[in-house]
Amino acid sequence: MFELLGLPAASTYAKDIDFVFELVFWITAFWFLLAQGILFYLVLKFRKKPGVRGQYITGELKSEKRWITIPHMAVLVFDVVILFFAVKVWYEVKQNLPDAPDKQIVRVIAQQWAWTFVHPGPDGQLDTPDDITKVNELHVQVDRLHHFQLQSKDVLHSFSVPVFRLKQDMIPGRVITGWFTPIKTGSYDIQCAEICGVGHALMPARIVIETADQHAAWIAQNSGVAVASATAR
Amino acid sequence: MSARPIATTRSTSGMPTGRLAVWWVIASEIVIFGGILGSYVMFRLSHDAFATQAAHTNTWIGAFNTLVLLTSSLFAVLGHKAADQGDGPKAARMLYLTSLGGIIFLLVKFGYEWPTEIHHGFTISSHPFWSFYYTAAGIHAAHVLAGVVIMLIIAPMARRSLELHRVELIGVYWHFVDVVWIFLFPLLYIAK
Amino acid sequence: MATAPVRHDEVHGGHGHVEEGWFRRYFYSTDHKMIAMQYMFTGMAMALIGGFFAYTFRMQIAFPGIDVPGFGTVSPNEYNRLITNHGAIMIFWVAMPVLLAAFGNFLIPLMLGCDDMVFPRINRLSYQIFLLSALILIAAFFVPGGAFAGAWTMYPPLSAKAEYGLAPLGATLFVLAVALEFVAFLLGGINFVTTTMNSRAPGMRMYDIPMAVWMIVIASILFMASVGPLIAGAVMLLFDQNIGTAFFNPDKGGDPILWQHLFWFFGHPEVYVVLLPVVGIVAEIITVFSRKKMFAYRTVLYTAFGTGVLSFMVWAHHQFIAGIDPRMANIFTITTLLISIPIAEMMFVYIATLYGGSITLATPMLWALSFIATFLIGGVTGIFLGASGADIYLHDTYFVLAHFHYTFFPIAIIGTYAGVTFWFPKMFGRMMNERLGKIHFWGTIIAFNCIFIPLFVLGAAGEHRRIFDYSMFPELMRPELRAMDKFATISLLVMLGFQPLFIFNFFYSLFKGPKAGKNPWQANTLEWTAESPPPHGNWPELPRVYRGPYEYSVPGREQDYWPQNAPN
Repeated sequence: MFELLGLPAASTYAKDIDFVFELVFWITAFWFLLAQGILFYLVLKFRKKPGVRGQYITGELKSEKRWITIPHMAVLVFDVVILFFAVKVWYEVKQNLPDAPDKQIVRVIAQQWAWTFVHPGPDGQLDTPDDITKVNELHVQVDRLHHFQLQSKDVLHSFSVPVFRLKQDMIPGRVITGWFTPIKTGSYDIQCAEICGVGHALMPARIVIETADQHAAWIAQNSGVAVASATAR
Repeated sequence: MSARPIATTRSTSGMPTGRLAVWWVIASEIVIFGGILGSYVMFRLSHDAFATQAAHTNTWIGAFNTLVLLTSSLFAVLGHKAADQGDGPKAARMLYLTSLGGIIFLLVKFGYEWPTEIHHGFTISSHPFWSFYYTAAGIHAAHVLAGVVIMLIIAPMARRSLELHRVELIGVYWHFVDVVWIFLFPLLYIAK
Repeated sequence: MATAPVRHDEVHGGHGHVEEGWFRRYFYSTDHKMIAMQYMFTGMAMALIGGFFAYTFRMQIAFPGIDVPGFGTVSPNEYNRLITNHGAIMIFWVAMPVLLAAFGNFLIPLMLGCDDMVFPRINRLSYQIFLLSALILIAAFFVPGGAFAGAWTMYPPLSAKAEYGLAPLGATLFVLAVALEFVAFLLGGINFVTTTMNSRAPGMRMYDIPMAVWMIVIASILFMASVGPLIAGAVMLLFDQNIGTAFFNPDKGGDPILWQHLFWFFGHPEVYVVLLPVVGIVAEIITVFSRKKMFAYRTVLYTAFGTGVLSFMVWAHHQFIAGIDPRMANIFTITTLLISIPIAEMMFVYIATLYGGSITLATPMLWALSFIATFLIGGVTGIFLGASGADIYLHDTYFVLAHFHYTFFPIAIIGTYAGVTFWFPKMFGRMMNERLGKIHFWGTIIAFNCIFIPLFVLGAAGEHRRIFDYSMFPELMRPELRAMDKFATISLLVMLGFQPLFIFNFFYSLFKGPKAGKNPWQANTLEWTAESPPPHGNWPELPRVYRGPYEYSVPGREQDYWPQNAPN
């Protein structure tokens, strides 16, 4: 469905989030069309006709109440189905923090009104002299697990990468951790998703998802240190 | 001033309208104070530094003020009893004594307790604990003051045996103010 | 209570009733009907302002950089100011005064059969405080720094620290205006609840109370029980803004998320506070225009109670990705999806009420039915957002915005038109023009859907909220997406273009409309037994009640309606 909107699913969990969306879409479309259909049908069928009075129906009889309680139960069942998948995806994206020996940790720092991305350099560690710091450009490698650390220097911001279907608010005074694994190369929008002042619309960033070779080359180019042989996954 | 509508005199629920209204006001106040105190408790549980700051509140003064408020509530009860019996002058006397308690409470707080704390550098902006302390106790004190003012309006009318039912109503409000303090006192003064 | 009906002038002893001066009558009245009118006209005036803001910022989105006719170019700061105040105005200064205060004040004493609210002077005070709050909000536009621009949700630190927000005085005035509005409605609530509990006509038992009154009362209780923490929060925010406290300031040990909890703990029940009165109004209209007893009255009532209670347990669905403990999100997604059930039930019951009816599609009925049809969309799109997994993506996009406009618009706009077109005859003693009413209806409804359906698509495509210009986001600059934004804005212009029809209809009918009798709709509830408009004191002799409010089409009776006060 999101392909129709021109939005690729570029992370491992994007398709799972899309699935929840589509599941809810079909279930709610069914109920919506049913309810609207009945509404329009009843309005047309029971238009005032000469000599025909309204019926006296209290809705208190069991046979009458059933028309409400049965749909009621059905809605509950559908809700439970939706909940199952919603919670599953939520756990996967927000509660779980997967690990891998070659994971990359990137630091995302937001401020009024720009993004600073700190990448580990060739040594693979953050907070070492060979870190690569870029403004408004985040470079990551396809098919590799990334952990991110979100920080804000001033007000609330929010790290939003639509092609990953990822979003996480950033709170000054805290470091918030999360993860993603890109599955598609390309260059895409990063948006700030929490109003942060007059420049809220003026802090776009780009995420550049590269192949292993491209990424190694970029690291080499930017840190000025010879590239160690990268273990491409 | 227009006469009371018939609506005011009806009592389908059994409770007089004035009393219903006072309970409604109290219910909304409970939620307001609940919000402040709930926030305070959440903060306190996640910040150890609060305990260090809280050590500097004056428990003896807090205890004295608690005693003052409780005693004043006793006078409010006696005032209600007198009003029920139709004894306007006595009800008025009891209300004056109740408001005296409120005035003592405020004088102790604003005349001694807070100036001392501020003098020692514990201002409202010095630490989140003190932000809560002054805000919560301050809003409570505003309610004490409002109660005193209302009592001083009702008392002279009660002395002339006018609107005696209002003695009970302000009494209910005063007990509520008391109960809020009973929550504030341990939270701000005892939990150290 | 088997007392004889009471004569108004007996109890009042003839008032010594001097003819009220013009000022006393229109500006200083304690009469519930006049106070209702004050709220209604103030709310409608604020709607013009809020609507103008919407026009301006939608023009900016559709045609970035345009010199908006009637406003000028829209800078980023002005854009933020416009959306912030649009949101606040529509919720606090349009929906609440019109739906809760105006209809509540007008209808409750009349539907209950008494002569006024229990505390008329507190009633008057509540309007005065409300008016003051509106003036303070508007004043913020004229102070140095201008009005607040940090979204109606006022999240700190943006709203708390002057250097982040650029409008320190405006921010303070905004919080102050909201806090005063809350106080006004707390005062108003005293009257609604006390009058309903105590001042009903003799013979009116609990289940004989019209749904409109029940719903307004439940809404008032819901408001009272939920607003306290935010009043506390508003005081805390005002202190943070002005005296350097650290409630929400992380630099000094405070927590910005605390504000969010305080805000949404109120914010979520608040949407039901504005919803329930409309649910009540729609109940009155549907029963009258289908000549049918309300289906399962008690079920509707208990559902409303259930919704009210559940509404306190869902608030953090506004904060799924705000940085709360992720485990908490699971609880709130469950409660949020569960709350869809009582609401769905209400919709089903209203649809069931139509079955077997004899339906007349007069203008009020068109509005009432369209409320059900459009609110259904609002309700089902809420499921997408309540499902935490999907909300990770949809939060802060136009999907959220389209969802809440498909709930708020039916509530605030459709609900208002439904109620006004229905009770206009009673309020002003004249009939509105049906043909104009129907043209206005169709123009508004079709245009409304054309505005917001595209916004669902745009939100799903990644368009975020509170962005004045998408030109910095290449993926959002695709022509199909820009075209949808233009289509939405043009639909808004069309919809706004139809509103003068209503304004003309309203004022023309006020002075020149055909005179309405007491009961032009042949309805059962007590307000239709009073004169149109009712005089001070409502009836010379207060009515007595013998049955419930929805005895329509009772078999064996000649007429298809049976007023509550008719002895047999």
